Amino acid sequence: MQDYQSQKPIVLDILDAHRTMPGNLLPILHGIQDTLGYIPAAAVEDIAKALYLSKAEVHGVISFYHYFRTTPPGKHTIRICRAESCQAMNSKALEHHAKQTLGIDFHETTPDEHFSLEPVYCLGNCACSPSMTIDDEVYGRVTPEKFDQLVAACKGAK
Amino acid sequence: MTRLFISRDSTALSLGAEQVVKAIQEQASLKGLDVQIIRNGSRGLFWLEPLIEVETAQGRIAYGPVQTDDVSTLLESGLLEGKQHPLCLGNIEELPYFENQNRLTFARVGLTDPVSLEDYVAHDGYRGLKNALNMQQADIVKQVTDSGLRGRGGAAFPTGIKWNTVLNAPAEQKYIVCNADEGDSGTFSDRMIMEGDPFVLIEGMTIAGLAVGATQGYIYLRIEYPHAKVALNQAIAAAYQNGYLGENIQGSGKTFHLEVRSGAGAYICGEETSLLESLEGKRGLVRFKPPLPAIVGLFGKPTIVNNVISLASIPVILDKGGEYYRDYGMGRSRGTLPLQLAGNIKHPGLFEVAFGMTLRELLYEYGGGSASGRPIRAVQVGGPLGAYLHEGQFDTPLDYEAFAAISAVLGHGGIVVHDDTVNMADMARYAMEFCVEESCGKCTPCRIGSTRGVEVIDRIVNDVQKDKNTVLLRDLCDTMVYGSLCAMGGMTPYPVLSSLNHFPEDFGLQPAAKA
Repeated sequence: MQDYQSQKPIVLDILDAHRTMPGNLLPILHGIQDTLGYIPAAAVEDIAKALYLSKAEVHGVISFYHYFRTTPPGKHTIRICRAESCQAMNSKALEHHAKQTLGIDFHETTPDEHFSLEPVYCLGNCACSPSMTIDDEVYGRVTPEKFDQLVAACKGAK
Repeated sequence: MTRLFISRDSTALSLGAEQVVKAIQEQASLKGLDVQIIRNGSRGLFWLEPLIEVETAQGRIAYGPVQTDDVSTLLESGLLEGKQHPLCLGNIEELPYFENQNRLTFARVGLTDPVSLEDYVAHDGYRGLKNALNMQQADIVKQVTDSGLRGRGGAAFPTGIKWNTVLNAPAEQKYIVCNADEGDSGTFSDRMIMEGDPFVLIEGMTIAGLAVGATQGYIYLRIEYPHAKVALNQAIAAAYQNGYLGENIQGSGKTFHLEVRSGAGAYICGEETSLLESLEGKRGLVRFKPPLPAIVGLFGKPTIVNNVISLASIPVILDKGGEYYRDYGMGRSRGTLPLQLAGNIKHPGLFEVAFGMTLRELLYEYGGGSASGRPIRAVQVGGPLGAYLHEGQFDTPLDYEAFAAISAVLGHGGIVVHDDTVNMADMARYAMEFCVEESCGKCTPCRIGSTRGVEVIDRIVNDVQKDKNTVLLRDLCDTMVYGSLCAMGGMTPYPVLSSLNHFPEDFGLQPAAKA
């Protein structure tokens, strides 16, 4: 876990950049997560102070949204769609395969910190189910074999 | 120079469009061929993606689905002259499933470069805005009312009435909010239009701003759509540069500002009041209604909250008139609906047609039946809160009232197909589980009801006091329908009860006599 003192200036810059924006809490949280990969628990106090909110309010917002995370992610984040269209094309088998292969459950990171696995509810790629993303890339018609290839390619590209 | 069109749509990318582009660029440069690749939106015929179209004297000739391995033979057999090849499809607009559509909202998607303002204007873009700039506010609203357009997001509320309420609400500041956070499984029309023709949404929102006197707009966009965000921001920047957004739009003295805001993976934020809370920087808790957002909306001001497709349908209405639009459709469902075929279907994609086609026609004539080749057993229309329909209901016309009459919803026009390997008790359980995951938690029927729903379904399936628990499940669903604050809790019973009613054998109950 990184030391917050080294992250604090980044957080303060982001807070400053959004100071006058109406409804700025989500853009601020996105800014922090985009930069640091997650929202450090220690940042909550700084955010709350800058926005005149209580720490509970800020924490409440972070924990409400599935996308925000408070622990560092693995090097690559894999998101597998669990929604109906993907289920109709056997995403359950893909989910099972991914968990087995990576040796982790949803919301977990592999011990080598290479991959985090997250569920997602619809990527809008329903016409080519089952779908998943690795970081910002979307993949359609993903079979267990294709999953293995993509994961291997990611590891190869260390 | 030869112009090639290869889509930048997420689905095309998910099937390897980017690699195909690279392969063509590399091989063309080796061969010294003069090729320009334009990244268009998708035509929506996703089983043919990645699709290449080449501009020739005979029109645009299509090839697909193309993988990188195909590129060398394509180039050798004369791709750039539109010559024959096993992957050649001819002119895509002459294929029956394309030709028989009524593309009003999606007229340009797949045809143009999505982020080229010149291309947009050359293909009839901004004609609606031009008209609107010369009209009285009430007349703009009247065109929308006359068109019969109903919100394409799910509730199907008449758009003109909503606009009129905001127009007549006195306030110094009003807002236009585009709900681009509809995360229904099986729906991708929002994503396609934002990636494939973002200007049409920007134009629609600008017209809405003029109509009701709102000077600020927000597009609240799902975080799951990164490519849409890029396209929207490119298009917004171009619109600002060319005087279509900002102060003094096209010299009219009118102002409209527009900004994209990212959601954060909460399904409930597709509900309009949750969305407003989220835009204000809070947890996406549903608000009590009334007051309606049209009166007390974003930051407490009168706000139009419309879905992407509703707003993207506005330019054609203002260009060609409300009556032109109203002449499509049936009954009280006017105009066209971009239908999205997904799940276990041979020809998945987006088909924009006038209301009134039957589901069967769409599933078999356009969709080609199931992808697995097995019988289609259950079809969910309108997203995860929509009912599951069985074979006996496939002749229902796609019309809001006809669907309501069979306790179903048309919603967003998303259609997810399941073959006969589906277990409907699993799907019912999943619907409750999804509600557990995504409920905002503000009201008890939704928050607690969904958790109890999962447990009760488990008991039925595991044969624990089956009959008693079936009664209990129906009672629970009743409470959720009538006691929930919003559609999340209020409609989760649709997929649950339709599964139970139409497919009781999957719950270990006596099969129903099918209507």
